[in-house]
Amino acid sequence: MDLPHHGYRSTKQRSRGGPPSSDSVLFDDTSSTAPMNSQGYYTPGYSMGGPSADMQGGPGGNNLFTDPMANAAMMYGSSLANQGKDMVNKEISRFMSVNKLKYFFAVDTKYVMKKLMILMFPYTHQDWEVRYHRDSPLTPRQDVNAPDLYIPTMAFITYILLAGMALGIQKRFSPEVLGLCASTALVWIIIEVLVMLLSLYLLTVHSDLSTFDLVAYSGYKYVGMIFTVLCGLLFGSDGYYVALAWSSCALMFFIVRSLKMKIIPSTDSMGTGGAKPQFRLYITVATAVFQPIIIYWLTSHLVR
Amino acid sequence: MAFTLYTLIQTAILCTNAIAVLHEERFLSKIGWGVDQGVGGFGDDPGVKAQVLNLIRSVRTVMRVPLIIVNSVSIVLLLLFG
Repeated sequence: MDLPHHGYRSTKQRSRGGPPSSDSVLFDDTSSTAPMNSQGYYTPGYSMGGPSADMQGGPGGNNLFTDPMANAAMMYGSSLANQGKDMVNKEISRFMSVNKLKYFFAVDTKYVMKKLMILMFPYTHQDWEVRYHRDSPLTPRQDVNAPDLYIPTMAFITYILLAGMALGIQKRFSPEVLGLCASTALVWIIIEVLVMLLSLYLLTVHSDLSTFDLVAYSGYKYVGMIFTVLCGLLFGSDGYYVALAWSSCALMFFIVRSLKMKIIPSTDSMGTGGAKPQFRLYITVATAVFQPIIIYWLTSHLVR
Repeated sequence: MAFTLYTLIQTAILCTNAIAVLHEERFLSKIGWGVDQGVGGFGDDPGVKAQVLNLIRSVRTVMRVPLIIVNSVSIVLLLLFG
């Protein structure tokens, strides 16, 4: 008989159990009435049912998909899931625009490599301007100076894993400590972003730094933290302090150069600012000085 | 200084409560921080004091009702669970 491939598998397994004579009848029913996806459900159910010796699953599964009530219920369920997905998307897009978030994750490998190089050694990078394309900033794929959220997110997660490993090496590990470390780091990010936003608002510095930009810039320090912790683990206490000094200087230079472009107006148009230029300088320098303090605070307990 | 998310929520509630209890006519006007003393210059440079006063007034207006709800919920939860 000219059965399809999955039909061959099903009859081979069902021949151990149920009556072989009704195979072809039941099977022809399913393949004629059911759409493509129920055949898709059918096949994994059979191939997974075999090794677990679930012989009763065969006739039961067959009955489920020939039953029109089950079909209708499945389609209703999928339409309900679609409605739920649309509703969730609509609610989330009321709080933060997903398109803006997608801009920050449009990265590729070349950008990530170059950005990591700049974060660790920013002294040779010449051009720090964020390039625009008809009033909208270029995506990180096309402009290496654009802030992204991919590197901070990955660096944050790597930092948590590395903290767990460092504590495990010193035999001080427990799962609660990992959660505590993660939430501490997250709270420091939130505090820093809030303080930056507050100071930018109070000193009426009109810059085009959005909240996500600030989150991105304050998340870049995790790359420095990872480097510091790794050197501390590999080379001991001396390596830790050397790496701390190196990554602090590199990060301070990077932050000052990047934020200078955005906060301090490069042209001498004093009317658009609204804030005295020394306040802008103070904000930039204070942000830069805050980074090594936080790096030291969050990593010193990992490397004794 | 190990922070948990619970600490952050607690800090946020306490700070917002602290801003919300500053009474307008009993306290803020007495120290020269009333709403009529904020708007000084009409240029495009409000100054730090005007921004701070603006912030206090807007926090008090916006967060009054949510703070009532959040405070009641946290009182009940703290009574029940300690």
